[in-house]
Amino acid sequence: MACIEAIGVRKAYGATVAVDAVDLRLEEGRILGLIGPNGAGKTTLLNAILGLTPCEGSLKVVGRDPWSERDQLMRDVCFIADVAVLPRWLKVSQALDYVAGVHPKFDRAKAEGFLARTTIPRKSKIGKLSKGMVTQLHLALVMAIDARLLVLDEPTLGLDILFRKQFYDALLNDYFDRSRSILVTTHQVEEIQDVLTDLAFINRGKIVLGCTMDEFESRYTEVVVAPDALAAARALGPIHERQVLGRSILLFDRADRARLAVLGEVRAPGIADLFVALMGGA
Amino acid sequence: MSVRSHFYWSVRRELWEHRSIFFVPLAVAGVALVGFLLHLGKTSGLAALDPAKRAVAIAMPYSMLASVILLSSFIVGLFVALDALHAERRDRSVLFWKSMPVSDMTTVLAKAFVPFAVVPAVAFVVALAAQCFMLAASLPVLPVQGAELNLGQMTVVMAYGLAIHALWFAPIYAYLLLVSAWAPRAPLLWAVVPIVALAAAEKIALDSAFVLYVVRYRFMGAMSEGFAPNALKGPITQLSQLEPAHFFASPNLWLGLALAAACLYAAVRLRRYREPN
Repeated sequence: MACIEAIGVRKAYGATVAVDAVDLRLEEGRILGLIGPNGAGKTTLLNAILGLTPCEGSLKVVGRDPWSERDQLMRDVCFIADVAVLPRWLKVSQALDYVAGVHPKFDRAKAEGFLARTTIPRKSKIGKLSKGMVTQLHLALVMAIDARLLVLDEPTLGLDILFRKQFYDALLNDYFDRSRSILVTTHQVEEIQDVLTDLAFINRGKIVLGCTMDEFESRYTEVVVAPDALAAARALGPIHERQVLGRSILLFDRADRARLAVLGEVRAPGIADLFVALMGGA
Repeated sequence: MSVRSHFYWSVRRELWEHRSIFFVPLAVAGVALVGFLLHLGKTSGLAALDPAKRAVAIAMPYSMLASVILLSSFIVGLFVALDALHAERRDRSVLFWKSMPVSDMTTVLAKAFVPFAVVPAVAFVVALAAQCFMLAASLPVLPVQGAELNLGQMTVVMAYGLAIHALWFAPIYAYLLLVSAWAPRAPLLWAVVPIVALAAAEKIALDSAFVLYVVRYRFMGAMSEGFAPNALKGPITQLSQLEPAHFFASPNLWLGLALAAACLYAAVRLRRYREPN
């Protein structure tokens, strides 16, 4: 069964259409990166998926209507909506007590185990922790919940690179398995390229690209073209061209790799580069 | 994992956040007790009074202590209610609370339960403990006779007073919760300014003061509806001064409770429909 199944999802605020005719499907055991510029409709789409806002169209999350069955949905779906939304006045131990008290699928021992690996003092108030620690705590709480879908909206914004790396390592090694799915949005795309199994680009409320990472890798090719081969390479119809340190890098969609190899060094593009190529406009 | 445990933990979470619920009545009781101890040194004149006056003079500090503790916790209740649904939006922790499988209904009812029931209960326990302390401290100086100070009866009066005030104030707390769910910022202003504006408009347009009368009646009415008319003059020591039948027959009680229910329902809807961020 699909974890998320969105067909023709639409959400308008007055005359502004934030999400428009979105089709999105996330199967079990996949990690989908939802990438888009600011104001593209990412958060609105996530809010619809999490039942925080009603929407038009057909939307099923772990088999439920997220808006009308929100309270049951939250037993199977977890989310970290932003960095540091844990209340500052709450103590770490109280956070554990509370989640253990209200969440039927929370494994307290597991959460304690994750916390034991950090330097977070159990008696501290959350307001006294560093931003990185708050994220670690939130992740420890969420990873101890046996949920089917985990939604992460910019979970590592403003954290230093060590915490960001640890965050995704923990997620992959200690949480993710074939029966769970993760939906993540972030601007730090390069860092999660190896983490993702699926990719979706959203712009102006519409999904402009949706594919698996395998498809992404077989479909798009990047070539570092030598100056004398540039004209020949351009003739093959690249979707994007950029200059890096005096060299031209051309991005191709569904091109013949054997022909490209003659023109220069062929390599797999980064998600960020494809993003710029598809969204950059000019 | 039932609705009951969700409610229980939602209430506990409120108590973790609003520790003033305990600190304020305790601090007020502490200050009042110091005052009482100072007052004990000046009670030598009591023996000369005639018995009826002496009973009133002995009961007065107990009654005043209870009143000042109850009044302070009522004020705490107002601020707790006004903060309840606003603070979680201000610090965006609503995104965390909403990631838990607790319904908006349970959350709002738990937040209403705190000023409605927990705050009075804490005030009751603190006031009772303080009164026992007063009695223990005064016995060596002022041996009181059972007939002159009926602490048991005063306790019943206090419990009754708290219960009728909780019911009578329910629409005030519910209104403040609604404002805290709705106000973009500064909920205190949003709670007070419309009423002041309404009263001013009424004064200018009709030269009457109905709005002020309603507000005043809502704050003071439980005393006149729930107690005998003579009860407002001195310490209430007689059970005969309680008039529960009159209180529960008051249409304004039920009107207030209906208004409270409507406000809470609106607050639940607001929390449900308002998109975070």
